[in-house]
Amino acid sequence: MIAARLAIEQSHRLAAGGEIDRRRPIGFSFDGRSYRGYAGDTLASALLANGVTVVGRSFKYHRPRGVMSAGPEEPNALVELRVGGRREPNTRSTMVELFHGLVATSQNRWPCLRFDAMEINDLLSPFLVAGFYYKTFMGFPGWHFWEKRIRAAAGMGAGTTEHDPDGYETTNAHCDVLVVGAGPAGLAAALAAGRTGARVILLDETDRLGGRLRSDREILDGAPATAWVDAVDAELAGLPQVRVLTRTTAFGVYDGNVVGAVERVADHLPVPPAHAARQRLWRIRPRRLIVAAGAIERPLVFGGNDRPGVMLAGAVRSYVNRFAVTPGNRAVVVANNDDGYRTALDLSASGVDVVLVLDTRTGGHGAWRQQAIAAGIDVAEGSAVTNAYGRMGLVGCDVARLDGNGGIDGNARFVACDLIASAGGWTPSIHLHSHAGGKAEWDNSVAGFLPVAGRAGVITVGAARGRYALSDCLTDGFAAGAGAARDCGFGSGVAPDAPRADEIPTAPLEAIWSIPGTPGKKVKRFVDHQDDVTVDDIALAHREGFVSVEHLKRYTTLGMGTDQGKTSNVAGHALLAEARGEPIPVVGTTTFRPPYTPVAMGAFAGRAVGRHLAPIRRTALHDWHAANGVVFIEAGPWLRPQYYLAPGEENSKEAMDRAITAEVVTTRTRVGLSDVSSLGRIDIQGPDAAEFLNRVYSNGFAALPVGKARYGLMLREDGLIDDDGTTSRLSDTHFLMTTTTVHAAKVLADLEYGLQVLWPGLDATASSVTEHWAGMALAGPRAREVLAAAVDAGTADVSNEALPYLGVTTAATIGGVPVRIFRISFSGELGFEVNVPGDWAIPVWEALMAAGAGHGIRPYGLEAMGIMRIEKGHIAGPELDGRTTPDDLGLGRMASRKKWYVGSGMLDKPAFSDPDRPKLVGLVPVDGVTRIRAGSILVDNPDAPPPVRKLGHVTSSAYLSPTVGHPISLALLSRGRERVGEEVWAVFPLRGLRVRARVTEPCFVDPEGEKLHG
Amino acid sequence: MIRIHCPHCGLRDHDEFSYVGDATKIRPNDPAAASPEDWHRHVYLRDNPRGPHLEYWHHVYGCRAIVKVLRDTATHEVLATGLPSESLETAP
Repeated sequence: MIAARLAIEQSHRLAAGGEIDRRRPIGFSFDGRSYRGYAGDTLASALLANGVTVVGRSFKYHRPRGVMSAGPEEPNALVELRVGGRREPNTRSTMVELFHGLVATSQNRWPCLRFDAMEINDLLSPFLVAGFYYKTFMGFPGWHFWEKRIRAAAGMGAGTTEHDPDGYETTNAHCDVLVVGAGPAGLAAALAAGRTGARVILLDETDRLGGRLRSDREILDGAPATAWVDAVDAELAGLPQVRVLTRTTAFGVYDGNVVGAVERVADHLPVPPAHAARQRLWRIRPRRLIVAAGAIERPLVFGGNDRPGVMLAGAVRSYVNRFAVTPGNRAVVVANNDDGYRTALDLSASGVDVVLVLDTRTGGHGAWRQQAIAAGIDVAEGSAVTNAYGRMGLVGCDVARLDGNGGIDGNARFVACDLIASAGGWTPSIHLHSHAGGKAEWDNSVAGFLPVAGRAGVITVGAARGRYALSDCLTDGFAAGAGAARDCGFGSGVAPDAPRADEIPTAPLEAIWSIPGTPGKKVKRFVDHQDDVTVDDIALAHREGFVSVEHLKRYTTLGMGTDQGKTSNVAGHALLAEARGEPIPVVGTTTFRPPYTPVAMGAFAGRAVGRHLAPIRRTALHDWHAANGVVFIEAGPWLRPQYYLAPGEENSKEAMDRAITAEVVTTRTRVGLSDVSSLGRIDIQGPDAAEFLNRVYSNGFAALPVGKARYGLMLREDGLIDDDGTTSRLSDTHFLMTTTTVHAAKVLADLEYGLQVLWPGLDATASSVTEHWAGMALAGPRAREVLAAAVDAGTADVSNEALPYLGVTTAATIGGVPVRIFRISFSGELGFEVNVPGDWAIPVWEALMAAGAGHGIRPYGLEAMGIMRIEKGHIAGPELDGRTTPDDLGLGRMASRKKWYVGSGMLDKPAFSDPDRPKLVGLVPVDGVTRIRAGSILVDNPDAPPPVRKLGHVTSSAYLSPTVGHPISLALLSRGRERVGEEVWAVFPLRGLRVRARVTEPCFVDPEGEKLHG
Repeated sequence: MIRIHCPHCGLRDHDEFSYVGDATKIRPNDPAAASPEDWHRHVYLRDNPRGPHLEYWHHVYGCRAIVKVLRDTATHEVLATGLPSESLETAP
């Protein structure tokens, strides 16, 4: 009977030692139970201290899992951390600094951790091998039914749907030398560079400096290495050009060697201090990058190696030495290198019973092995664990002698134990080197990929390039730091002397990628713990033809979890190489991509959330609208008036229709005033301004008289319309161009391209003045009277003779404010556009409203404006979608053949004269009532067998037209000009709609334009 | 983060710029006399080199100059920058 362990308060805490502060106990909860740890604990160390063996359930098989590592590579002990808006799923408990009141919950189990209903997957495992979705559901109906259920069963933790209460920051930094990693190599590099006066930034992902020196009992200059770390810490703190960032992970290297890093400013606190960021994203631009990221230990692959209590040997040392925790009381160590002896000695020195060290190697009598034997530890060479037992916590394992041929000698025997420390060698962390485009080569002595041929300015040092001896790390780091500083112009490049390390020489590692199971037992040998990928899955993938590492990865999901294969990729690729019978270098490895460890979306968003991501643009008249019953609509980033409600009126569909109708009727029968400030305005000046405009517009502008406006079309180089607008000549060398709201920025960029690249010899400039000028459109039969009453006497004559259609005057003032008046009209009524410097917009608007009061003037918004322009057939954005030519829109006469301009070279493109090409027409519903949705597709017979030929589409629709009394639309229809009077179907399949429509001329009101010229 | 040396503003991050396009377009010398084939080549035909590529970037969040850039399309290394009128030597 296998029982889960009882959690007695801190039963596994050693009596002395560690970096924890025993004067500061901390209360926390896991799965609703309260525990205590100490300041300096991680969540994992505190759980282990309390004897908690099972922390989660594995991804696919829902096997009980415990803590396996002490670092970012943790594949098992993932928890949901915190509650509410701060809840974070898939948090590695090994990286969580314990704080008061911390709440953590286990994941991926229902209804609870001890009894997980989904563990049935473990029994079904023969059917759930790699590729099982594909194999099961190919040709089997009902995938969509099962998919929903599989999705619910799969996945790990649940994120929050609540608002994140914390703030995040982004900051930039420049430096001469950036050192990533504050282990011995990184500290040496930072010290060497910092002493020269170079600007240095040193990062470490943990809360303190030291790296492995905090976990291993090393001696430097006769004293514990931690004393050296403290001395370096103090010296760096005293160097003003050195910045040390702890709790900061460099997650990626990008173009130009720009390094992205995330600083966990307040993750270790219950809540961030007021006004402080929770996390800070750094974008660092170093001149030299030194990667001292260390190495990550590999577990050995044997039967039951995922049982709670099977841990990485180096992690066991971390728990003993950093946290004064022993994960077990009776330990077995299994190793293919001398690290196993280090762990055995540290455990033994802490009073833990080390039952046995299994060294898979034979024939060696290395110094570490001798030390262990001298300390009274039993060592068996050429042996290993063949199966581990203990579902909710390790109870023992089978051990056997290996025969060297993938089998065992003799029989396996059972050894009782509650901890297995597994040492499979260390994999250099070459991620950042790879992000920067660096390559890697296999090294047999290290049994790992070492960095070679990196991008200029990036250097890898220490364990990250396979140098595992402490003295080598220090020498490497000092040399690299001095060299990098010299490259930046600081110091001579001579490396400082390193402290003396007392080291026991290590015997070479012998790689063994999988260990045979106990004969007669069905064993699961896990390679990737997070994604439940076993040795058998890899063999299966190879048998099925997935022989490249990229296919292996995606077929088995090896290395695809949040740990990105940190403890599993190398073994997985090595096993594939064995299956292929090829050396590992031939098989290769998969690509490393940022981020190195997960980064919260909030950190990337920084301050760009809400209205800081999508700012609102308000016109100068905004406040007047807001005070006068406006309903705003977003037009891109702008807030524009959509329509206006009466004082005290509630908004509703009926109210909206009433308002819009009233605005149209008033403007067409009396007078209306509209805010057109958001239109693009570009000021063009210079002796060659006219010639410049003549080259960008399809119609003539060179001879535009002063004081006149002209409607123009701008084409793209491929002959399609780019934008339309009205440009006015204010003097010989001064023009004002307007553009549509949406295209303003693009048109300015196009003009700048013309001036700087195409015709640099032209003497002209173009500047955006959109925000400088507010614009208001005064329109209707009474518009002239209202304008004349508002304009200050004696400043400008706005009579029909003095200011004819398309006339411009800059002489007028209204209430003493100088204004520009353009007699142009989008609505088709007698109209004037008045431009006012923004600061005086509201007083001038109010003056016009006052002058119009006696005529019943109304403000009108975007809806009314849209209806009126459709009534007149005036084109706008929907007709200028980049697929139409002037001729398509009935404006062919505006494409001059007498001059050259942008796009004129394509006028004779055969496609443009295709008779089937869609042309602009009007549409009305045959029943006189049903509106035709914009975007509807035009066809002759919607019931014809597919594919039904598309004849065109509806570009703009007015669902009510008060002026003509029924819905009207503009559309592009193949052979439209010839089909006026015929009927066609307008279908909207997405909503299942169809409307019978009659083709008309694309103008429904005043087709002769009499009102404009009145 | 590709960093581009703007002739006016110095070394700036690429997100201050808007990418304009190929700077090797063969624009007909005499537009009025160019044939449809000349225009077709100018508007539609592009090389797509793996390696050094001459292109324009528009410094829209800075001085609004259009900058000619020689960028390696495989490594994103910026080999040279200058004003549109300058000639940037293509790397061998």
